Amino acid sequence: MIDFDLSESVQTMRQMVHAVAEQMMRPIAREYDEREHDKPWDFLNTMWQVSNGHPIGGSGEKKPKGEGPSERNLGMCVSIEELSWGDAGLYLSIPNSGLGGAAVAAAGTQEQKERFLSRFSGGKPKWAAMAITEPGCGSDSSAIQATAVRDGDHWVLNGTKIFCTSGLMAAEKSEGFVVVWATVDRSAGRAGIKAFVVEAGTPGMYVTKVENKLGIRASDTATLVFEDCRVPLNNILGSPEVPKTTEGFKGVMATFDATRPIVAASAIGVGRAALDFVRDSLKEHGVEIRYGLSPHRLTQLERDFMEMEAQLQAARLLTWRAAWMMDNGMRNNLEASMAKAKAGLVVTLITQKAIELLGPLGYSRQLLLEKWMRDAKINDIFEGTQQINQMIIARRILGYSSKELS
Amino acid sequence: MVNFKPSDEQELIRQTMADFAREVLRPGARESDEKSEVPEQVVRRGWELGLVQSSIPEAQGGYGDMRSAVTGTLLLEELACGDLSLALHLLSPRLLTLPLLITGTDAQREKWLPRFTGDDFKAASAALIEPRWDFDVGSMETRAEKSGGDYVLNGKKCLVPLAAQAEAILVYAATPDGLGAFIVEPGTVGVKVGEREKNMGIKALATHPVSLENVRVPGANRLGGEGANLQAVIDASRLAVAALAVGVSRAAFDYARDYAKERRAFGVAIGQKQAIAFKLADMAIEIDAMRLLAWEAATKLDKGEPATRECVLAKQYASQSALSITDNAVQVLGGHGYIREHPVELWLRNARGFITFDGLAIV
Repeated sequence: MIDFDLSESVQTMRQMVHAVAEQMMRPIAREYDEREHDKPWDFLNTMWQVSNGHPIGGSGEKKPKGEGPSERNLGMCVSIEELSWGDAGLYLSIPNSGLGGAAVAAAGTQEQKERFLSRFSGGKPKWAAMAITEPGCGSDSSAIQATAVRDGDHWVLNGTKIFCTSGLMAAEKSEGFVVVWATVDRSAGRAGIKAFVVEAGTPGMYVTKVENKLGIRASDTATLVFEDCRVPLNNILGSPEVPKTTEGFKGVMATFDATRPIVAASAIGVGRAALDFVRDSLKEHGVEIRYGLSPHRLTQLERDFMEMEAQLQAARLLTWRAAWMMDNGMRNNLEASMAKAKAGLVVTLITQKAIELLGPLGYSRQLLLEKWMRDAKINDIFEGTQQINQMIIARRILGYSSKELS
Repeated sequence: MVNFKPSDEQELIRQTMADFAREVLRPGARESDEKSEVPEQVVRRGWELGLVQSSIPEAQGGYGDMRSAVTGTLLLEELACGDLSLALHLLSPRLLTLPLLITGTDAQREKWLPRFTGDDFKAASAALIEPRWDFDVGSMETRAEKSGGDYVLNGKKCLVPLAAQAEAILVYAATPDGLGAFIVEPGTVGVKVGEREKNMGIKALATHPVSLENVRVPGANRLGGEGANLQAVIDASRLAVAALAVGVSRAAFDYARDYAKERRAFGVAIGQKQAIAFKLADMAIEIDAMRLLAWEAATKLDKGEPATRECVLAKQYASQSALSITDNAVQVLGGHGYIREHPVELWLRNARGFITFDGLAIV
């Protein structure tokens, strides 16, 4: 039966997370945007203690077989919208198993899950990152140049990874890990690409740069260099075999089905922050949106606002659907990309429009609007750009392989 | 709890409508558009589907199915995907029966509903839109003044479907106590049904201007009685536009997608070119987006929650998206899209109307 009301438990969680966003994140949002490479340790430590081993960030776990429908992914999307409403950069910097953990959860064995993920239930704050992008390849992850060569009971990694979210925290500043994508056989193309877990502090892994960015400045984005970096054989996620088909690569790519709705949810949080602010500001100045009126009689401002509202809600419903499908054990590759493509674009446009609507107030750094516009844009880029998601959607609806449509 | 799956019963209804749309409506769409008429067998088969009778209570001769805006939304999408004009013709009795079910008094239901449960199609209609650029439901120029126990109606309406053959027309008018709707029988003194309108799209659907000059209507014919609140009817009527827009958009998208796989240029199918493929991807996203907005508004109506905002946003979003999607479908076909041998130009013409119909209370 079609229904869009959140269950009581998700609503309760939403209220709790909203309180965190409002009371702990908003007050320091501007400060850690300006102090780009500093970490808000009070906030991070508190979040680590509060989450108590239950990362609010993407766990990427599918519904366990034999269990009824859960609300795990939907609940996560709802929480992450709230956190990103508080501050997207701070949300991304919260210590948890993050994208690296998502890869382990999606592709790791039971032993690997225990070895790598149990650390997130106690001790000091930890991060896990995912390193895919290289200086010479971004969206085309099949063109990865980093290599993994077997040497006795180790894999030896060489290569350079860039744009690694929380890479500094995962590789050097905590007892976390980085999931690194590398090829074991360049001639095999996609089929040769494997994911390796590299423990923090492993000799041969170096953070050589932390990027200065347009937005999400509270979150570190690192360059990682691997020089004869040796990791144990059993740190490979999935089989070391190079199959004739690209099934293995598809398996790694499937991680994105879990993480794209989460990125979409985060985007929506930023968009909603801007929309809420505009609504409140207009109300303060005596402008109420007259929903019942014919479009012909509305002001341009009302039309713009209603358009923004509808667009954001459309993105939210697409996102919830992608998460709901995961919770119900349904394949959501198409829907996850739809949610991500829509949300990334919508919040980019909404936050820009919000600045326009508030005129000189919007452009000032005294308010957070300009920051939200800068923060929003990343959602149109990471975890698959707008165009990559269009490509995935197009392949699915047209029934084309990556060879037929590229 | 959040759920994106229609119930089994809804799925069955949706499937029945989809079959009917594919087998009966779509094949008849082009000819009906060209001839501006609706084939008798389409009307007969549509009536047999029970589109009108289903939600009328058994006491009044209907099937007594539970009325649900969600079910209505699913049904409208499928029918509109077949053909909008034919669907609107078949659904026109609902312009009267649904408002009666939503806010009608018992006496009104007992008097009017049984007329739409017989063996043959009986038309009904609603006169909502007025022929002026800034038409707004909230400030009607058509007025109903009280006169003793009656109301006296004056004003001009347009785009009144099947006005010439309707058993009754539900005329919306401003009253001293807000928006009202009045059941007006044809032949009432002062009602003048004008010549059939010539519209850009939905050409198979007969629409007429209707003028009202000192039309005296008994107080008992005011929908829901004096002071009845019509917001739920207006909300539902806007939702209907959204649901229909999803159907028309889907028709255009499906056709353009299939064409893009067939048509070859530069040695490959044009769907293998990003310029076309990405356009189709965006169309697919928008169709799902507009559908979900409509579903959400429908669940609010079904729960009896305030839904004006959701219905308005769903309608605005869907009517704009439908226009861009059908336009893009024509574009995917290029010159062929402009030729009447393909149906995409028809869908573009039909979609243009959604912004004009402020509402159609048929969901």
